[in-house]
Amino acid sequence: MAKILALTGNEAAAYAMMQINPDVVAAYPITPQTALMQKFADFVADGDVDTELILVESEHSAMSATVGASAGGARAMTATAANGLALMWEIVYIAASNRLPIVMPVVNRALSAPINILCDHSDSMGCRDAGWIQIYSENAQEAYDNTIQAMRIAEHPDVLTPAMVTLDGFIISHGMEDIRLLEKKEVQKFVGEYKPPYPLLNPQHPVTYGPIDFHDYYFEHKRPQVDGMENAKRVAVQVGHEFGQKSGRTYGLFDAYRMEDAEIAAVILGSTAGTARPVVDELRQRGIKAGLLKLRVFRPFPAMEIAKVLSGKKAVAVLDRSLSFGAQGGPLFCEVCSALYNEGHRIPVINFIYGLGGRAVEIENIQEVYQKLGKVAKTGNVTKIVNYLNLRE
Amino acid sequence: MSQAKEPGYKDLPLGALILDAGNSEKYETGGWRTFMPVHDPKKCTNCLLCWILCPDGAIIVKNEKFAGFNMKHCKGCGICAEECPPKIKAITMVKEKK
Repeated sequence: MAKILALTGNEAAAYAMMQINPDVVAAYPITPQTALMQKFADFVADGDVDTELILVESEHSAMSATVGASAGGARAMTATAANGLALMWEIVYIAASNRLPIVMPVVNRALSAPINILCDHSDSMGCRDAGWIQIYSENAQEAYDNTIQAMRIAEHPDVLTPAMVTLDGFIISHGMEDIRLLEKKEVQKFVGEYKPPYPLLNPQHPVTYGPIDFHDYYFEHKRPQVDGMENAKRVAVQVGHEFGQKSGRTYGLFDAYRMEDAEIAAVILGSTAGTARPVVDELRQRGIKAGLLKLRVFRPFPAMEIAKVLSGKKAVAVLDRSLSFGAQGGPLFCEVCSALYNEGHRIPVINFIYGLGGRAVEIENIQEVYQKLGKVAKTGNVTKIVNYLNLRE
Repeated sequence: MSQAKEPGYKDLPLGALILDAGNSEKYETGGWRTFMPVHDPKKCTNCLLCWILCPDGAIIVKNEKFAGFNMKHCKGCGICAEECPPKIKAITMVKEKK
């Protein structure tokens, strides 16, 4: 059943899109997403999809056209990165508020300035409050798997919320791996037919999208988005399980690696989790009880579930590949801390900001994280809450 | 405002959609007025330019003749008075006393 191809992360995500065969894709090129859309454009040109590919003049238009198509009843997708996502901003919120289940790969790249094309998570983290589901990928295989699953999660009637699937720029997007692909017909069966609840292009039942809404109804119209997002947690687990039955690769909200008896643990998003795994293995060989919590679904944030896995640990490190200026640490750090606080766990937690603008994260950098964690675990004292990994002082 | 009578968030269509077509009639915009139109039947030739151009459909026509304003929806924009032909000027806008 499974075909194995050597693909980059961008190509893997494009294959997932091809196999989903969306009705409409609107896109504008931006590094490092360009190769993804280029590959998808190949599929369009070769007649491998029925997709109407709209080449627009900006990302603001790309998201606008995607929203229009989705409201019209189409299964619509786009993809972007960094400044492209920033330019989409206004419409990113509108897609979520209109409850349009758009799926968008985001190839993580640092936001300007200074201008930089390399990986960090400032782009997707910046719109963590926009109302989109966010699923982070560790490698190209996950970028492929997550894109397929995101379609099912987003379109679930209890969810109807757009979803971003992130893949680290260049590290995943341009790195080549063996990718296990499903058959196109299997993917088609898995995602099923999209039945839009209220398509705009239905003359039998004309509806209005995006009306003006004041103090009297706006609040009531926003509140159900919270439920849709919350439901996505349950649906993501169901879909991840079902995907596992088809592919042999089961997904949950996160991957708890050697966490059961761990005393120290790091919480990581994206490709760096892959760098941390051998570090954990090496520490284990030396008798140090280290663990790794690789978070997959950042929105909705699985707070209770994470607190449960981290409970009883002696010290926890949270790694953030983005800054949140003026906050008490990176976005992931703040989320993990509130999860622990609300569940009544008083565990020392330290934050590491790392990898901004493509700064390398090597094995020795992760070793440093666990070394510092070991010290915190031993003393119970946190001298420095926010640390900057591999930064020249 | 009697908020208790309004529907709760669970009763509303998802995505703030409006599912019933042609419901703008239920939304009364007459309260927006500062100036109100006044019609002079002696001058009016029933050309119905006002009816054609009123953005809110607030000109009432019966038997192909001007029959009044729908004051629940007239926003007082004055387009009817502006567009009434210069030699006729059967509609004037006057400040509304509330």
